[in-house]
Amino acid sequence: MAKKTVPFQGTKEQEEKLLEMIRTQKNEKGALMPVMQQAQDIYGYLPIEVQKIISDEMQIPMEKIYGVATFYSQFALQPKGKYQISVCLGTACYVKGSGEIYEKLQETLKIKGGECTLDGKFSLEACRCVGACGLAPVMMINDEVYGRLTADEVQQILEKYE
Amino acid sequence: MYRSHVLVCGGTGCTSSGSAKIIEKVKEEIKKNDLAEEVCVVQTGCHGLCSVGPIMIVYPEGTFYSMVKEEDVPEIVSEHLLKGRIVERLVYDQAKGMKSMAETDFYKKQHRIALRNCGVINPEDIEEYIGRDGYQALGKVLKEMTPDEVVKCILDSGLRGRGGGGFPTGRKWQLAMGNASDQKYVCCNADEGDPGAFMDRSVLEGDPHAVLEAMAIAGYVIGADQGYIYVRAEYPIAIERLKIAIAQAREYGLLGKNIFDTGFNFDIDIRLGAGAFVCGEETALMTSIEGNRGEPHPRPPFPAVKGLWEKPTILNNVETYANVPQIILNGAEWFASMGTEKSKGTKVFALGGKVNNVGLVEIPMGTTLREIVEEIGGGIPNGKKFKAAQTGGPSGGCISAENYDIPIDYDNLVAIGSMMGSGGLIVMDEDTCMVDIAKFFLEFTVDESCGKCTPCRVGTTRLLELLNKITEGKATMEDLDKIEELASYMKQNALCALGQTAANPVLSTLKNFRDEYIAHIVDKKCPAGVCKSLLTYSIDPEKCKGCRLCAKNCPADAITGERKEPHTIDPNKCVKCGVCMTKCKFDAIEKK
Repeated sequence: MAKKTVPFQGTKEQEEKLLEMIRTQKNEKGALMPVMQQAQDIYGYLPIEVQKIISDEMQIPMEKIYGVATFYSQFALQPKGKYQISVCLGTACYVKGSGEIYEKLQETLKIKGGECTLDGKFSLEACRCVGACGLAPVMMINDEVYGRLTADEVQQILEKYE
Repeated sequence: MYRSHVLVCGGTGCTSSGSAKIIEKVKEEIKKNDLAEEVCVVQTGCHGLCSVGPIMIVYPEGTFYSMVKEEDVPEIVSEHLLKGRIVERLVYDQAKGMKSMAETDFYKKQHRIALRNCGVINPEDIEEYIGRDGYQALGKVLKEMTPDEVVKCILDSGLRGRGGGGFPTGRKWQLAMGNASDQKYVCCNADEGDPGAFMDRSVLEGDPHAVLEAMAIAGYVIGADQGYIYVRAEYPIAIERLKIAIAQAREYGLLGKNIFDTGFNFDIDIRLGAGAFVCGEETALMTSIEGNRGEPHPRPPFPAVKGLWEKPTILNNVETYANVPQIILNGAEWFASMGTEKSKGTKVFALGGKVNNVGLVEIPMGTTLREIVEEIGGGIPNGKKFKAAQTGGPSGGCISAENYDIPIDYDNLVAIGSMMGSGGLIVMDEDTCMVDIAKFFLEFTVDESCGKCTPCRVGTTRLLELLNKITEGKATMEDLDKIEELASYMKQNALCALGQTAANPVLSTLKNFRDEYIAHIVDKKCPAGVCKSLLTYSIDPEKCKGCRLCAKNCPADAITGERKEPHTIDPNKCVKCGVCMTKCKFDAIEKK
């Protein structure tokens, strides 16, 4: 099942930044993960094009890089939305109904977890424990935390983001 | 000299409810009132009582303000700090009329060792840590003790790993000490992955130097000069404070070359995890630091023999390390005097779920679940009944009311089908369906299984399918036997602890709440009213006034009826969304 996505639009500046970063770090022990994490900071995600550059520059086979990228949930192969929504599905939030909020968001945005709306505005994911269990159930939109939520409030909150 | 200190909690819970803005505002108001010379504002780590955050404490009075809002700040500054009049309306309810917050129900039974500095010092200032005896233990170890003496002290204290398994910490160090090698490593597991657990994060955010100090002590013991902290990338505040702490410790000569002029070298680097639960397993964590897919490998060889880059390595979690400097300073007997026969000291729990005082608590081992939930936790909201508590995360189990009075320690928890785990403690009331909870954890392990070994990769998926059958009302009693058979196979054959324990949430709920499973299978009912496929919504004709509100809001047009006449729900059209129930003003809609 193909996920909804937008084409790669990396800039020259981003590529220069990436190459410089790889140059300074590639000889350190266990450098691959930190390099990939910083590459994701530069581009916002890790498309196959960026993975290829890392593979060439570090002389690490593509299969290993792709293997690492797909193993860890933090690496995103798809671009994230302008507003990244993450719903906490930690146990404390779950027993207080965060599952319903997650469902409501999928329904409202018409995307599944891990996807991004076609206009690039919202992306949705589930996360494990934000550490704000006192506010359960919790969701985050970019860095803003919404706590003590009910599914009814979802629509209203989304409308704030235009 | 300041005449007053304002401590504002900068832990994750309080930051999420806006404490950063409050700190700014306090500083601004203090400046406005010309008090900057007299009053000091400190951003601290977590105070523990997250459910009433943001928290502000004003010393010397020790006034405990809770749920402070930005607009309350001018009043606190002008009334309390300027005129010395406590703003009573903002004082935490239970702290009213008490001399200190230590007398409140929430803090009364707690004993803070790992959390001793959390909420007390500014974690971004090494001087404050040093002012609370920080780095004294390291000095003592380097100048006065041999590695053997340190190991003996840790062994005698009875400290066991706080990350889950409960392996004796001193024993682990002893093993690594005995293996000669040109290079050894000390690692810290800060990849706290249990959903609903945030103990380690709070220690890192509130008292990062305690972890650095303990790692240096461990380095001295086993003969390592390099440490790594593997911390979740999702913990930005913790990472930032660790970076600051490491830089300050290097500046003060407490990390780096020739520490305390003893010729001992030790340095620490941070490695960021990338969101894989299995990386909490020690061999997987080390594989991940090396820059690979974080897959575990079989033990032996244990990391103490062949760990990171095939060198002898020890790995302890954050909370374990946080206990070490205090044990060195106060002695093994002091630590061993707390707790039960085989579990010494204290344990930090992240108390969450259906309980009034959600937050972080540190209690002596041997405290009962009832004391934690009813006294420290302040009971269950809305007058509901306690049904179960979940400990140990996806590897643990659910404790039923029957074991409410069992003293909590490593061995008792295992005996009743759960485990200590890293310390998540989630309280559930009668509205929680235990089959659904088992399913929740299975979904988690299916997601997080690394896929390397078949018993875990396939076993968790098949187990989840069986649970889905139950919650959909399609299962038979034979499926329960299949679950038990599959679970025991996984336990015996999975490669690492993730797979070996993945069935625990299912087995413990099946053992303690078998009736509930049977109700799903035989009666096709979910007693807690959670499993959608088994619910039917109906309207009580006695209570229905025919206002049409439910019919208007039904997304499936399943409700029909004339105005002012009782309405009915067509079960074939109903999608069981529950909207009608939330909209009805007459309580006429029933869910069974």
